[in-house]
Amino acid sequence: MQLDAKVPGGPLETKWDTHRFELKLVNPANKRKFSIIVVGTGLAGASASASLAELGYQVKTFCIQDSPRRAHSIAAQGGINAAKNYQNDGDSIRRLFYDTVKGGDFRSRESNVYRLAQVSNAIIDQCVAQGVPFAREYGGLLANRSFGGAQVSRTFYARGQTGQQLLLGAYSALSRQVALKKVTLYTRRDMLDLVLVDGKARGILVRNLVSGEIERHAADAVVLATGGYGNVFYLSTNAMASNATAVCSAYRKGACVANPCFTQIHPTCIPVHGEYQSKLTLMSESLRNDGRVWVPKNPGDKRKPEDIPESDRDYYLENKYPSFGNLVPRDVASRNAKEQCDLGKGVGDTGYAVYLDFRDAIKRDGKETIMRKYGNLFDMYQRITDDDPYQTPMMIYPASHYTMGGLWVDYNLMSTIQGLFVLGEANFSDHGANRLGASALMQGLADGYFIIPYTMGGYLAGTGVKPVSTDHQEFKVAEDAVKAKIKNLLSINGKRTANDFHRELGKIMWDYCGMARNNEGLKSALKKIGALKGEFFENVKVSGTDREFNQNLECAGRVADFLSFGELMIEDALSRQESCGGHFNEGFQTGENEAMRDDANFSHVAAWEYKGEGLPPMLHKEPLVFENVKLSQRSYK
Amino acid sequence: MSTGEHMEKKINLTLKVWRQNGPDRIGTFETYPAKGISKDMSFLEMMDVVNEQLILDGHDPISFDHDCREGICGMCGAVVNGRPHGPLPGTTLCQLHMRSFDDGDTVVIEPFRSRAFKLIKDLVVDRSSLDKIIQAGGYVSVNTGGVPDANAIPIPQENAELAMDAAQCIGCGACVAACPNASAMLFVSAKVSQLALLPQGRPEAAKRVLSMVTEMDHQEFGNCSNERECEAECPKQISIVNIARLNREYLKAGFFSNEK
Repeated sequence: MQLDAKVPGGPLETKWDTHRFELKLVNPANKRKFSIIVVGTGLAGASASASLAELGYQVKTFCIQDSPRRAHSIAAQGGINAAKNYQNDGDSIRRLFYDTVKGGDFRSRESNVYRLAQVSNAIIDQCVAQGVPFAREYGGLLANRSFGGAQVSRTFYARGQTGQQLLLGAYSALSRQVALKKVTLYTRRDMLDLVLVDGKARGILVRNLVSGEIERHAADAVVLATGGYGNVFYLSTNAMASNATAVCSAYRKGACVANPCFTQIHPTCIPVHGEYQSKLTLMSESLRNDGRVWVPKNPGDKRKPEDIPESDRDYYLENKYPSFGNLVPRDVASRNAKEQCDLGKGVGDTGYAVYLDFRDAIKRDGKETIMRKYGNLFDMYQRITDDDPYQTPMMIYPASHYTMGGLWVDYNLMSTIQGLFVLGEANFSDHGANRLGASALMQGLADGYFIIPYTMGGYLAGTGVKPVSTDHQEFKVAEDAVKAKIKNLLSINGKRTANDFHRELGKIMWDYCGMARNNEGLKSALKKIGALKGEFFENVKVSGTDREFNQNLECAGRVADFLSFGELMIEDALSRQESCGGHFNEGFQTGENEAMRDDANFSHVAAWEYKGEGLPPMLHKEPLVFENVKLSQRSYK
Repeated sequence: MSTGEHMEKKINLTLKVWRQNGPDRIGTFETYPAKGISKDMSFLEMMDVVNEQLILDGHDPISFDHDCREGICGMCGAVVNGRPHGPLPGTTLCQLHMRSFDDGDTVVIEPFRSRAFKLIKDLVVDRSSLDKIIQAGGYVSVNTGGVPDANAIPIPQENAELAMDAAQCIGCGACVAACPNASAMLFVSAKVSQLALLPQGRPEAAKRVLSMVTEMDHQEFGNCSNERECEAECPKQISIVNIARLNREYLKAGFFSNEK
């Protein structure tokens, strides 16, 4: 297999423009003859469904939840970036591009990132036109706030619920197309397999979660917008249903997975507090605008935070990174929190937490102002922990949050399978080894509103797609395989629940493939997961039957795929013998414990090809060429 | 008060849970013990613990909808001791923690009940009727692309804030479950208000309110008789001021527009 990123030639600034001109168009009258499957209704999936339907394509849209409005994009809090430069503070498309490439520790494709920065402004315009109630200044114009990894104020927000408001905007556009009968909506469906005919993506198999039936759906192209695989860690900020099954099914059918070891551990989450815990809750990074991160200077200082005088506090981010301070990128903030806790300076019952303190901000701006900015986050914190952050500092600790890796896509967002497009967090494209805050929403909507509508047309116009019916043999083969898998899960009748296996997998991944990794640990983790996977297929207990509403069966299928995906992440982490962004291998660090890249040997995208169950995957490398930015050691000092 | 002072405390509860294996089956309350529950658990984590035991004992675990578990997706929801999302105001079921209960309590758990929400299994109901109401007009009819610059239309901060207050609705359906008429008026009014308060929403305001209210009736939701139960139980504390605004928009549309 040869990876061809299909990056257009010419200067960076005109690549997208040139490419759009060169892409073939589908005649408006012919668009209705093409059908497209979109899986997932988060920002990427909902915006893609709506935009493709507006163009005239027949769209079939699928989601796991009971309504497309519930996809996990809804939980994004802080904001969405755009290079509007409304603040007159020196922002530009070029700066957003540069910040994103640098923030990603120089492991992303220049051309894709530049395009992302270019379309960022149109996203804000689109969302405002839809009626998204962004925060505004007294004069009625849009307000901005700052986010980590940037020195300009370019983040648009709707209180602490930006993801919700943007998703509801995309959902409303989608709903309009449903009413116009251009989109057919299939809710409570779980995608279990991708169907290829003549080497092209031509359909999917889904389980109807209410009836348990396996349904076949055919189309001329398939768009996956199924989100990230952060739940491989069991405890993460992802929703409970967020899973890697659709991505795994595409991988097994020939789509390469790129950089799976690039996972983001978000620095500001509510710390773990018990074995029974089912998920972790994020506290928006925007809190670092006003909150100051600190730990006691002396290890083992068990005094209450309010009793620790200024002289005994270590504001370690401000001290170590004077120019970015509390607003260093996420990977840096997370790693430093871990370092402080490993030094015994962590706080709280477990010692795995640091303070995020609003005392000074409240003193400076007043409680009212802080409440207006972060009120809902403070309330959420108090509901979960029973502590009042207006009175006492929040306690935070890093948690698995976002996955930069994902299915490999070319400049058109098409995977290594013809006709299979991948959008949003499910692809690997724009964030390199670390994503900057407020850029996930930007990327999801860029892919869905402003990229796929063009590149899909180019594919459909330029490729002969013959009609395919769901009676095709390939559908039958895939359906038989899926049914056999389900039957197997139900027949094992062992002694441990799927959730119990998931919890153990998560602990292995967190300990050995989390914020800091080393070769020895990764190798032992690979063995542990292999053994756990073996036990899973002998000892899992799944209740009920396949032909009914069965949440336990859904869960078991997902855990089986997480086990495989975990192995792939570790393979990738082991093969990347350097540190970069979220991938921190302890063997590769600078004297000041920062990630040390090896540009000579690892300036590439690692794309993994499936070679069969039990066989090692095959590595393909897409070299990363930097013509417009100078590679440097990231410095936020 | 710092977390160091919270002593982890365990409690034992008795759950009475509505079990119904499908819309055409007869449902009944079943009793389950929930033992050694930490007060720091969320309500749904408590349900997880009970379910894990049910699975291991060879019983059918309790089906309940949930997803984000941070109070924003609107997927979870059940009636706990007679109240949608349980006893705490402004809190979804997933954000309700067991410190709201005492050792020895009996907790009654039922699905959201309404003619417009068909039961699927146990605590899981079909709320697609709410999506149908949005499809009837809960949007601004703009296609992707070709829209003005985001700062082209200044919007008074106060209006933007009021629109945001309404836009916070998570579409969970608690308002319907709480209402003696099973009305979706608070849900409909939240969307109507958000868009009526913003200039982008004005061109279609009359058509929107008329079609959404018609669709609400069509989906067999009841009418509003000012009981205010919806406002009391809304996990996002959406105010019934929005219903007043809806009524005003509705009358305006009926009297002064050509929309039917």
